[in-house]
Amino acid sequence: MTAHPAVPGSVVPVATPGASISVRNLTVTYPNGFTAVRDASFELDPGTICALVGVNGSGKSTIFKAIMGFVRPSAGEVRLCGLPVEEAIRKNMVAYVPQSEDVDWNFPVLVETVVMMGRYGHMNFLRIPSRADRYKVDEALERVGMSAYRHRQIGELSGGQRKRVFLARSLAQEGRIILLDEPFTGVDVKTETSIIALLRELRASGHLMLVSTHNLGSVPEFCDRVVLINRTVLAAGPTAEVFTQRNLELAFGGVLRNFQLGGAALHEDQDARRLTVLTDDERPLVLYGDKHSHRQNKDE
Amino acid sequence: MGESALLAELLVPFGYGYMLKAMWVSALVGGVCAFLSAYLMLKGWSLMGDALAHSIVPGVAAAYILGAPFAVGAFFAGLLAAAGMQFVKLKSRLREDAVIGLVFTTLFALGLLMASIWPTSVSIQTIVLGNILAISDEDVVQVAIISVVSLVVLAFLWKDLMVTFFDESHARSIGLNTRMLRIVFFTLLSACTVAALQTVGACLVIAMVVTPGATAYLLTDRFGRLVLISIALGAGTSLVGAYLSYFLDGATGGVIVVLQTLLFLAAFYFAPKHGVLAAHRRRLAIAKAAP
Ligand SMILES: Nc1ncnc2c1ncn2[C@@H]1O[C@H](COP(=O)(O)OP(=O)(O)OP(=O)(O)O)[C@@H](O)[C@H]1O
Ligand SMILES: [Mg+2]
Repeated sequence: MTAHPAVPGSVVPVATPGASISVRNLTVTYPNGFTAVRDASFELDPGTICALVGVNGSGKSTIFKAIMGFVRPSAGEVRLCGLPVEEAIRKNMVAYVPQSEDVDWNFPVLVETVVMMGRYGHMNFLRIPSRADRYKVDEALERVGMSAYRHRQIGELSGGQRKRVFLARSLAQEGRIILLDEPFTGVDVKTETSIIALLRELRASGHLMLVSTHNLGSVPEFCDRVVLINRTVLAAGPTAEVFTQRNLELAFGGVLRNFQLGGAALHEDQDARRLTVLTDDERPLVLYGDKHSHRQNKDE
Repeated sequence: MGESALLAELLVPFGYGYMLKAMWVSALVGGVCAFLSAYLMLKGWSLMGDALAHSIVPGVAAAYILGAPFAVGAFFAGLLAAAGMQFVKLKSRLREDAVIGLVFTTLFALGLLMASIWPTSVSIQTIVLGNILAISDEDVVQVAIISVVSLVVLAFLWKDLMVTFFDESHARSIGLNTRMLRIVFFTLLSACTVAALQTVGACLVIAMVVTPGATAYLLTDRFGRLVLISIALGAGTSLVGAYLSYFLDGATGGVIVVLQTLLFLAAFYFAPKHGVLAAHRRRLAIAKAAP
């Protein structure tokens, strides 16, 4: 079960089974014959934020696409809330924010219309929004701090603002499972902090989030589980157990920038612990001795 | 000529059954084509309309040879073309424009070949140029059924189609069957192209399924409004065009398309946000604000 303090079961509505992801012996081979993921397995329970960490091309996005049923596994299976993928999706259990939106930015839709698209799965076939739908759109925009931009055409936004709009859409969708593929790339520290706060709130209400990221430094801050991958699962489990220097070096090989700063050589005080800085992206992971106990800021 | 005489002159077309028929049939077809144009123009599929219209020719020829209603032959040829384009696109790395060009020239050539081998199908001429003023009652029924059914389907599915064309992966994540929606869309497009052949002819169908949407696109950033504006423009210009063609001796398709183009040019210059003049005014304002 999760390393995070257990979430009271009562938060999860009784009607829906608890949010869970079960990936079993998943193998994905693309049409060109390239096997991006081989024999990957992990299980996730409700009230969890799980990080998906690995080098470029390690198969993170591929795993997301397999969970959404966009690519067909050549072996193994994915189950969401105990159901086959298609059924879980039909029941609006999953929201997905892709790494990069493959949309036409000149399309004549306003920000609020894009967020309303998250509600379509809950409406009848005419897709006429009810008052509750409108309220949920307002609320989602508010939560990502994009209310002021609701009447902008979707292309008239910055990259970070676009990301927030698609995050708002996934909130409006109200899936018990939320998949976020690199939500922090191109996003400033303030937005990143508020997104993390948002994810924590969702965790408290029993949601399950799978988040891929290169910001190793933020992982221990908000993720209770980690799945380390490199074309297969290298390690999966509670952050404290999995997110260790040894495992990270295994996952990243020589790619990580690993600085070791000797204690006394750099500072005047008595701190003699060995300091390790691991970085894959902007935000480094700082390890004292062998434990991560401190986090550097991105703009350090 | 006195004022009342002029008025009487202007009302003359309404006195003829064939003119009334031409006007309402054109308006109906123009409206439904304009609905489709909202999507085609956005997806960069504008040439698809043209391609379909040309691809239909072998279907029409075959229908004449077999004695089947020409709409049936045209519809199946259109569907075959649309499916062919999707198939080649899916199975190759060719760009969309190349695929469209490839499929439609092949089918058009086949159509011309059939027409030259079996000269019974001479009425291909009317297909290429269209002749709404001489439309038969049977054809009116066909066109009306196609248009009304298409309008009803679109009225139900327009939002699903919008999501599918804007963001296919999201459409799938809310459980829409995007493949089915695409098939429905191309089926409607084929059917409406057939209907439009009657009014403006194969050469000008392209204008019917592009111009109204393009004009509306300059006028709004909301897809719902874009659709409404587009339909109004398509239906309005078709009705007025058919009416005017009484005075201009029969070139219905030409009149309709000229009207649509004039409105497009007006929007191009005068649109409140996306027009050339508005952009110019904004630049002036900025220049003035700066010292
Ligand atoms: N459509 C495709 N066809 C063939 N190979 C693909 C396709 N998409 C991805 N791949 C390959 O699969 C591997 C995994 O890709 P994936 O996008 O899952 O990586 P990722 O872990 O998300 O990387 P990043 O950190 O750069 O986002 C890569 O080697 C990539 O080249
Ligand atoms: Mg990726």
